[in-house]
Amino acid sequence: MTAAAIELKSISKSFGPVQANKDISIQVQPGTIHGIIGENGAGKSTLMSILYGFYKADKGEVWINGKLTEIPDSQAAIAAGIGMVFQHFKLVENFTVLENIILGAEDGGLLRPSLAKARKSLKTLAAEYDLNVDPDARIDKIGVGMQQRVEILKALYRQADILILDEPTGVLTPAEADQLFRILDRLRSEGKTIVLITHKLREIMEYTDTVSVMRRGEMTATVKTAETSPEHLAELMVGRKVLLQVDKIPAKPAAPVLEIENLRVSDETGVERVKGINLTVRAGEILGIAGVAGNGQSELLEVLGGMRTGQGSIKLHGAPLPLTGSGANGRARRAAHIGHVPEDRQREGLIMDFHAWENVAFGYHRALEFQKGVLMDNAALRADTEAKMEKFDVRPPDPWLAAKNFSGGNQQKIVVAREIERNPDLLLVGQPTRGVDIGAIEFIHQQIVALRDQGKAVLLVSVELEEILSLADRVAVMFDGHIMGERQAAETDEKELGLLMAGMTAETA
Amino acid sequence: MDFLTLIQILDSSVRLATPLLLACLAGLFSERAGIFDIGLEGKMLMAAFFSAAIAALSGNAWLGLLAGIGSSLALAALHGVASITFRGNQLISGVAINFLAVGLTVLIAQDWFQQGGRTPSLLDGGRFSPIELPFAIGPTEAEAAGRPLSRLLVEAGPLQQAYSELISGHSILVYLSLLAVPLTAWVLFGTRFGLRLRAVGENPAAVDTAGVSVVALRFAAVGICGVLCGIAGAYLSTALQAGFVKEMSAGRGFIALAALIFAKWRPWYALGACLLFGLFQALELRPDVLEAIFQTKIQGQLLGALPYIMTVVILAGFVGKAVPPKAGGVPYVKER
Repeated sequence: MTAAAIELKSISKSFGPVQANKDISIQVQPGTIHGIIGENGAGKSTLMSILYGFYKADKGEVWINGKLTEIPDSQAAIAAGIGMVFQHFKLVENFTVLENIILGAEDGGLLRPSLAKARKSLKTLAAEYDLNVDPDARIDKIGVGMQQRVEILKALYRQADILILDEPTGVLTPAEADQLFRILDRLRSEGKTIVLITHKLREIMEYTDTVSVMRRGEMTATVKTAETSPEHLAELMVGRKVLLQVDKIPAKPAAPVLEIENLRVSDETGVERVKGINLTVRAGEILGIAGVAGNGQSELLEVLGGMRTGQGSIKLHGAPLPLTGSGANGRARRAAHIGHVPEDRQREGLIMDFHAWENVAFGYHRALEFQKGVLMDNAALRADTEAKMEKFDVRPPDPWLAAKNFSGGNQQKIVVAREIERNPDLLLVGQPTRGVDIGAIEFIHQQIVALRDQGKAVLLVSVELEEILSLADRVAVMFDGHIMGERQAAETDEKELGLLMAGMTAETA
Repeated sequence: MDFLTLIQILDSSVRLATPLLLACLAGLFSERAGIFDIGLEGKMLMAAFFSAAIAALSGNAWLGLLAGIGSSLALAALHGVASITFRGNQLISGVAINFLAVGLTVLIAQDWFQQGGRTPSLLDGGRFSPIELPFAIGPTEAEAAGRPLSRLLVEAGPLQQAYSELISGHSILVYLSLLAVPLTAWVLFGTRFGLRLRAVGENPAAVDTAGVSVVALRFAAVGICGVLCGIAGAYLSTALQAGFVKEMSAGRGFIALAALIFAKWRPWYALGACLLFGLFQALELRPDVLEAIFQTKIQGQLLGALPYIMTVVILAGFVGKAVPPKAGGVPYVKER
C-alpha cells in the first residue's frame, strides 16, 4: 500500500481558551477527493490552515507522502507540494491574472522573463486541465468563478500535488459549481489529491471518495462516502438528528400586506437592475425569491428595506410607501413595521467591533422603552439583549461580546432576533443561512415559519434553491431584473426553477 | 514678462520641486507597500538638521548627506517598528515622528552650536554647489569676461538662456532626484521586488499565502522611504539653503503627500505634480510677476494653499479617481 498523501497525527490547536482542534488524526489517500465536513466553527479551516503553514499547531505531527514534514510557513507548505484555495480568495485585485500567478513564485529579479514563462506554462496547464483563463485580464474585472480558477492555477503553477479547497462553492452559482467539480474530477484523474472542506452535504455525497466529519474541534468519523448517507453524516456533524426538511403547516394566506407595482431600481452605475416587477406578499405566507446571485434580488430587497431608491409603487396594507426622498430610509421602513435581515450580515446587519447589545439596539434604539430622559437606557438594552439571546440560543449568551467574536450562525441569530422580536408586519430576509451551520439553519427557519404562522408576511431572498423550496410557500424566480414566473412551492421542483433561473420559460426550454 | 523671467521662474520651480519630488517618491514606496506615512515632514526635517550639522562640523557635504540619511532612517525604523512589528496606528506614529523632529532638531542644534536652534551657515565645502554643464554660461564665464553673470545671460540667445538657467547650474541632488523617477517606475513595474511591494499594499494576505514575508517587504519599503526623505532633507539644508533653521521643512512633507495623491501613487505623475507644486512655490516668491500677469495683486498664501485645494478636488473625484492602495494604513494580522 502506498503512503498516505497527507497524514496528520494528534494535531491540537488552541486560540486562547478556545480549543479549535483537539487531538486530530486523519489520513488522506493519494489520488482521491477527501471531504471534510462539519458545522461552522467545528475547526475545519483551522486544521487546513495548520497544514498550509498559516497557523502553527500546538501539538502533533504532519506527514506528507510518508515523510515527517515541518510546515512553519506557507513557503514550506508550497515546497511540500501543498496548494490551498481559501474561502476568501487571496488575490491582488488590481493585478492581472498572470501577475497574481507568479507572485511569490517568480524566476529571478526581473518581471519580464517570469511573466513570459508563466504565460507559456499557463497555456499548457489550461490545455491539460481544461482551465481556461485570460492571462491579461484584471482580477477585479472577472467573475468569482474565474477568480477561483486563478487560485487553482496558482497552486498548479507551484506544482502542487495536494490541493485544499475551503468552502469553494460558497460564492459560486450552481453552474459554476458544476464546472468546478468537473475540474476537480479532472485533477483527481491526473493523480492529484484533493481535500474539500464544506458544510454542504450534497457536495460531499456527490463528489468525494472519503469523508471525515468534524464536530467542535474533534474528528468524529472518517468513512467511505459510498458507505454512508446524508442523514448519517448530518447526525455525525451535529451530534443529534436534524430535520433537513422544514416542518410547517400549510400556509393560510390572507389579505395582501406588500404590493409591488412596476418597480424599477438602478444601481450606482446607472444600470437598471430591477426592470419593472409586480409582486404581492400576503399575510401568513412566505414568498421566496429564487435566482442566481446578481439578477436584481439584492436591489429589490434593498429598495424595500429603504437602503436604495427606486421608481414605481410599493404599498404596505394599501398605503403607498415612498421610494425616494426623505421618507425612503431604513428608519422610516422600521417605523412602518417592516423588519429587514440584510443579505450581508457582516456589512449591513452588524457593526463587527461593537458589543452584541449595541448591535441588538440598532434600528430600534429610539424606541421609548430604551430611553431615560435624554439618555439611552443601556441597562434596559442589555437586559433586552440577554432575553433575546436566551430565546434564540445565541452562544455564548454574553451581551458584552463584540459581534465579530461570535460564529457566523450566532451572528445571524443576533440579527434575526433583533428583527423578528420587534414583531414586524412584513419581514424582509436576505440569505438567512449563508455561511451558517446546520443547527442554526434549522433554528432560524423555525423562527421565520413561526412569524408566518402568526399571520405576518415574509419576503425571502435566497440563492440556495433548497432553502427556497423548503421554506417558501410561493416562489418567484428572478432573472435579469424580471420575474420569470411564480409557482406554488409544493407544486414545483428544482429542475423547473433551475430552468427559470437560467432565463428559460417552459415554452423556450 | 520676458522669456528670461519665465526661464528663471521655471528654474526656481525645479529647485523647489526637488525636495517635494524626493519626499513624494519616498511616500510612494511606503504607501504602495501599505504603510501610510505622514511623517515625511519629520524625517525631512531631522535629515535637514543632521546634514547641516555634520556638514558644518566636517566641512564635507557628502558626510552631511550620509548623516541626514542615517537620521531619517532611524525615524523610519521607529515608524516601522510601531506600525509593522507592533501593528500600531500609522497616522499616530507619523504624527509623533513629526513632533519629535521639530523638538529634537532645535534642542540638539542649541546644544551643539548655541545659535538659537540653528546651525552655522555652511561654507562652500559643506554645500552641494551648482554643477555647470559644458557650454553653459555660469559664474566661471562671468569671471572670465569680467562682467556680471546677469548681463551675460540677458545678452545670450533664448536657447542658451534656457540651457544655462534651467538645465545647467543645479546641484547633483537635483539631477539625482530626477533620475529617481524612472528608477522608481522601473523598480515598481519591472522587478520582482516591485511586484511584491505593490501586492503587499493591495492584499498582504495574498503575499503571505504565496510564501513571501509581509513584514520584510514592508520594512524594505519603509527603509527606502527613509533614504529618500534623508536625501530630501539634506537637499534643503545643504543645497537649497546653506544651513539649518528651525522648522525649515515648512510643510513640504505634507505638500509631497498631497502631490502623491494628486499623482495617484504613480512615479511619472509624481514628477508632474511636484513640478506643478514647485511652480506654485516659485510664483509665491515672485509677487511682481504675478501682478504683471493678472493685473492685480494676488495673495501669495493663496498659491501656498493651492496644492491642498487641488488635492481635495482630486480626492472628491472631480478629476478622475484617486484610488489609494487598498491595504494602506491597515496593519496585517493573520485572520483567525
